[in-house]
Parts: sequence; structure tokens; C-alpha cells
Amino acid sequence: MLGWELPPHNSGGMGVACYQLCKELSKKDVDIEFVLPYEADHEIDFMQITAAHPQGVAAVLPSGGVYDSQRYILPDGSEQHLTLHDQQRLYERNVMRMAESKEIDIVHAHDWLTFRAALRVKELKGCPLILHVHSVESDRCGSPHGNPLVKEVEGLSMQLADQIIAVSEHTKMCIVRDYGIPADKITVVHNSINPGELELEQSENAYRYITLMKQLGYKVVVNVGRLTIQKGLPNLLRAMKDVVAQEPRSLLLIVGNGEQYRELVELSAELGIGPNVLFADFQRGKRWRDAFAVGDLFVMPSISEPFGLTPLEAIGYGTPSLISKQSGVSEVLHSCLRVDFWDINEMANQITGALRNNALRQELISNASQEYKQLSWGAASDKIARLYKAHTQGAPA
Amino acid sequence: MSKSIVLYLHVHQPYRIRHYTVFDSGVSHDYFDSHQDSQGNNQRILEKVAEKSYLPTNARLLQLLKDNPEFKLSLSLSGVVIEQMERWSPKALKSFQELVATGRVEIVGETYHHSLAFFYSREEFEIQVEMHRQKIQEVFGQTPTAFRNTELAYNNELAQWADSTGYKTILTEGWDPVLEWRSPNYVYQPTNTGQIRLLMKNYRLSDDIAFRFGDRDWKEWPLTADKFAHWMSEDKDATNFNLFMDYETFGEHQWEDSGVFDFLEHLPREWLKTPGNTFMNVSEAAESFEPVGEVDIPHIITWADTERDLSAWIGNAMQRSSIEALYELRQRIIDTGDWALIEDWRRLQTSDHFYYMCTKWFNDGDIHAYFSPYNTPYEAYINFMNVFRDLEYRLAEKGATV
Repeated sequence: MLGWELPPHNSGGMGVACYQLCKELSKKDVDIEFVLPYEADHEIDFMQITAAHPQGVAAVLPSGGVYDSQRYILPDGSEQHLTLHDQQRLYERNVMRMAESKEIDIVHAHDWLTFRAALRVKELKGCPLILHVHSVESDRCGSPHGNPLVKEVEGLSMQLADQIIAVSEHTKMCIVRDYGIPADKITVVHNSINPGELELEQSENAYRYITLMKQLGYKVVVNVGRLTIQKGLPNLLRAMKDVVAQEPRSLLLIVGNGEQYRELVELSAELGIGPNVLFADFQRGKRWRDAFAVGDLFVMPSISEPFGLTPLEAIGYGTPSLISKQSGVSEVLHSCLRVDFWDINEMANQITGALRNNALRQELISNASQEYKQLSWGAASDKIARLYKAHTQGAPA
Repeated sequence: MSKSIVLYLHVHQPYRIRHYTVFDSGVSHDYFDSHQDSQGNNQRILEKVAEKSYLPTNARLLQLLKDNPEFKLSLSLSGVVIEQMERWSPKALKSFQELVATGRVEIVGETYHHSLAFFYSREEFEIQVEMHRQKIQEVFGQTPTAFRNTELAYNNELAQWADSTGYKTILTEGWDPVLEWRSPNYVYQPTNTGQIRLLMKNYRLSDDIAFRFGDRDWKEWPLTADKFAHWMSEDKDATNFNLFMDYETFGEHQWEDSGVFDFLEHLPREWLKTPGNTFMNVSEAAESFEPVGEVDIPHIITWADTERDLSAWIGNAMQRSSIEALYELRQRIIDTGDWALIEDWRRLQTSDHFYYMCTKWFNDGDIHAYFSPYNTPYEAYINFMNVFRDLEYRLAEKGATV
């Protein structure tokens, strides 16, 4: 299996999905070797994790943007500027070299950064190729255009793949629309969550200021995620301006970072809601969990969200959600508020309504909790195991 | 007719805010106590500036005062820098007191907290001016009769306030759009005032020392004392050359190896070579020369950046949003009667905090970056707002209405 990240070194939901799927698949007698572009410690015993080449996490994750390059000092002391494209090709070369000496029944690759490497393996070993699409370029850049270099990789790989897995119907539709891939080559396997693994916090919430303000009658809107165009946060800020006008005792907590960070900080000041908007930066562990718990309403206003795990995580901490209609998670979660990402008035209306109405929030969370309890990664991995079987039947053992 | 150099140096260091996150709001109130090793540690910075600038410069100034009976200068020290010297460098404070003890150094009044309160709350402004007046009396035994507002921010209203409060002299920038065809090298009278006189900074000459002195690409580099004295002597009719600058020009903004100390040592001798040339304090200059005209400044000017307005402090939305939010707390903060809380609130008014949030990176960006302890203005804003929320938290804890 070819992937770009695993917890705890993940920048988003893809790493979590890879981890959970592999864990479930390993219970179904699937031997997985997971190839990452970096070396790191993972507390994972259910599969083999291999680094494609010797570099630390710090060397890969900062080159997150496709328009940036980072300066690296290589082990021999020389310096090099690498872009994400260079990282991608480096990975491709090394995976190809590694694959020569290995027995491989199937190659399963997660998102475009690993697709070139996956094509090489298919070419070399003749094994079936499954591409797992967690997002497409038009999601990430929030418009149909995107980076042509990335679109080329996505389009060609998907045409050559034996099977495509999309994380939602929404994503499947995007693949058909953007790349003209026949719909019957694409199977939807929704992301999920394991309610049993939820870590509940017993100790005092880390957001002490917000906790006190809540005692004084303040209500809190929370967003957790990367601060990128795809996530649609400027619209949430604009909606918050109207919410604060209606309900001055409203706060918005934004947990995460990304290239839109500065723009959002400035926008919050421009809109005159600076004191109401808290930026907590990227967080893990308790501070990450406490962000969900401290909210009265979780809002995910994404412009295009292939899946979007965070509203499900919010349910685990007792917080109901408002999500954009343009997100895949709305295919599995029904007890939530929904709005078009561009409809700022309606977004403000629903947020204000939810903050004012305890009964509405109660009803939402109690129904959502019922749905939540039914979820598990087991069902998702069953589907994938069936696909593996279908594609390996007749192949040499 | 005599010609004077009016040298006025401004001494100030803010209480910088430590790295303060969302998770600190409501938990710790030690905004100004960063870790000893951190770049923004106030004690470390104060000790460094004392070592590099205050002590060596004062030693030279004291010698100049001893050697040249005509040498005089004026100083202003913000209340917050005096406090920090009391805590971390009594030696530096003593060296200032020794200068003042010569009787030829005038201390100029200002706000204690180096704030822009005049434009947000007159009541608060007057309290801070009074606090500063008392501090100066206590530390230097002088009562200021000249006034400078933070960043030389000035308009007619400020001059009228200073006039009615009894100040004899007020300082601001000698900005061309205001002076038009006139020269800053004279004494003026502000519009609609009685006794008060206005001294305006000669920014060309002042900035030759403060900004360009060490610039090897400047066509006048290296600047020597005799060349500088010669420039001034070319203006035959001028009465007063107002050289106003940050005190930290000497040894901090311009490092010792630029030769700035040698320049300072030689300037009085070169200047005094010509009969009739002398030095004056700001008040002395204001009294000695008749005003040559009236200067009308209805809008605010300052001594900063190419715009000479307040845009370095309140030019963008982050700056305006944070400073307005801070002043909106005023009544509730004062009503608590909690002096620790009130003092923290006042320290947050120091103009430097808003300067760090400036996003004008074009003409003045280098000078802004030099002064900021933050990587970006956005971090400065977020840090400040987290502290702001902690003030709100403390108010709420006390049961003040939020």
C-alpha cells in the first residue's frame, strides 16, 4: 500500500483513514506493507511500515503546497530545493526500486502523490492497481481549474487503474465529471469512525477562557481543520459577523493552520469580530479533543469536501454539526444541519438558530449519536477486502 | 544672530508581551514575563540596550556637558522605560540622573505608558500624563514644561490641550505638506493657542543621523561632524535646528562600529567653532525666538514612515480592531479598582504593540521588522487578542458585566 502519511504525522484526515482501514484489513488476513515517503516511529504492529527513502517527516510535510519549494540540507551536507513534485518523483523512483525484489499481489495507492509510483509498480509487476481517492484537485483548490500538473497525474492514473475507490458519492461524481472515468470502475467506500476508540477527557477543558465565557451565557462555534481554500472558512467568518450582530455573546474557535491563516486573521479583524474569533493554531491530543467538546455547534463550511471526518468526531464529544451540502459526510450523517457553502445568509441564520435553541441542539445530538454508534471501519474494510479478492482471483499465488 | 542646535532624544522600551496563546487566556496573567532565554524577554532586552546604548552614550554626553559649557540637550523617558531601568539596570537610570544633575538637560513630558490615549480617551490620557509628571519629579526632580505626545502624534487639538494645561512648548514632526514652503528651523505657534510654542523636527538632518548614518550606500557616507555642521551653517537665517530622534540611535539602531559615538563627540566642537552657534533645550529655544508664523494642523501627523500619519499603528483592521477593543474596556477596568489589572491594561496601550501588527511592508517594512519581536504582524495580533481576552476573563471573574 502506498500512502503519504500516517498518524501521528498526519496533516489531515487521509492519514487517519489509511490507519483505520489497514488495521481492519489486517484482521482479515491481508498482509500489508505500507510505504511512506519519510522515516518515523509509529506505534503500529498490524502491518509493516517502510520508508521509501531516508528523510524525516519534517522534510516532507512542510512541502505541503504545490507552488512552494523548501530548502533541505541533505545528509551529505549539500543543499537542495525540493517542491512537492520533486518529493513525488523521489518517492516514485525509490518505490520502483524497492518493488523489484518484492512479491506483490495488489498495489493500493492513496491520493495523487503516490499515483505515479503506483503506476510504476503495476508496470513492473503486472499486478492490479487500486487507486483510493480521498480528494481530487478540484476539491483541494475550490474550483474546477486546479493545477494542471496534478490533474494530469490524477487523470492518467485513473484511466490506467483497474479499480478506483472513492470516499463518497460526492467524490465519485467529481471523478466522473473531472476525468471522464466510467462510473462502474468506481466503488464508493465511505470513511467511518470507531466509536469505541473515542478518548473522552476527564480533566478540565484546556480552553479555560471559553469555558468561563460559556458560564456567562456565551455560545461557541467550533471549526477544526486545515485553513485552506477548500474548507470555505471566509464564508464562515462572514456568517459569524451576522451571528455576532444577532447574538453578541458568540465565539468562534478555529483550530488548525494552513495557507489561509493570515487571510482569515485579517478578515476577522476587518469584519469587526476580532474579539469573538479565537485562533488556536494546529493542535493534537487533549487540546484537539477539547476543541470539539467546548463547542455548542461544530461548523464545517467546506466548498468541496470529499468526506470530512470532523463532524463525526464532534458527535463523539457531544457537539452537533452544521455542514455544507457539498461534503461527502452528509451521505452517512443525517442528523445535522445543512447549508450550501456559498449561502452566507442561510449559514448565519442556521448558526444563530442553533445557538439560541437548546432543544434543537439536544435533538440533533441525540439523533446523531444514534447514527454514530452504528458506524465502524469494519464495514468499509469488508468492501475493500471484497475488491481485493475480485482483482486477485486467478492471479498467481 | 545666534543659531542653536536643539537636540532632543527619546528614550523608550515597551513591556513586550510574551508568547501567549488561547490556552493561556484565563489561566495565567503574566503577560510581560517571557522566559529568560526568549528573544522577547524584557529584562534581557533592557540590559542589552543599557549596555550597548544608554551607558556608553550617557558617558559621552556627560563628558560633553563637562567639556562644553554651551552644550545642552533635552530628553524624554517613558514611564515604562524608567520602571524597567529601576528593576533591571539602576546603573543606567543613575547615568541619566547624572546628566540631569548638570542642570543643562531638560526632561520633556509625555504619557507614562507611551500610548495613543489622546485619540481614544481624553480622561485616560490626562491620567497617564499626570502619572508621568509625578514619576519625572520623583526620579529627576524636574517638572516638564514641554510636551511630546507618543510618536510625536500631533494635531491642533493636542496643542490647544497642552496650551490650556500650561505647557510652554510642544514638539512634532516638521512635515513638508504641513509646512509647505516654510522651514522647520524656526519657532512656530499652533493655531488658536496663547502661550505655547511649536518646535518641528528637521527630519532630513535628524534622519541623516538616525537612519542613514551607517548606510554605506548613502551618497553622503561617511557622515562626519564637520560636514554636518557645514550643512547647517548653509541655512543663513535659521534660528534652531531641531534634531529629534530616538535615543537608541546611539549604539542600538546605529551600532558603535558605525562611528556614531565619535560623531556625537565631535559635533559640539565642530558646531561651536563658529561664533554665535550654540545649543539650546527645547524650552529655551521656544522662549528665545519669536514665532515666525502660525501652523495649522487639523489632522493627525506623526514622525513615522513615509506617510507621517498614524497608519503604522492603526492603519489596518487588526490594529484598529485591537486598539478599539482595548479602550472599550476602560470604564469596566477602572471600576474594578484593581491596580494590577489597571496597570496591565495600561501597559497594553503602549503603541509598540500595535506597531508590531503593521502590514505596510513596502517603504518602511525593514524598519518595522527590525523592531518587532514577532515573525509576522498576524502573530502579533493573535498574541495581543489572547491577552485582551484574558483581561475580559479577569473582569468576568470579578463579576464585572461583560
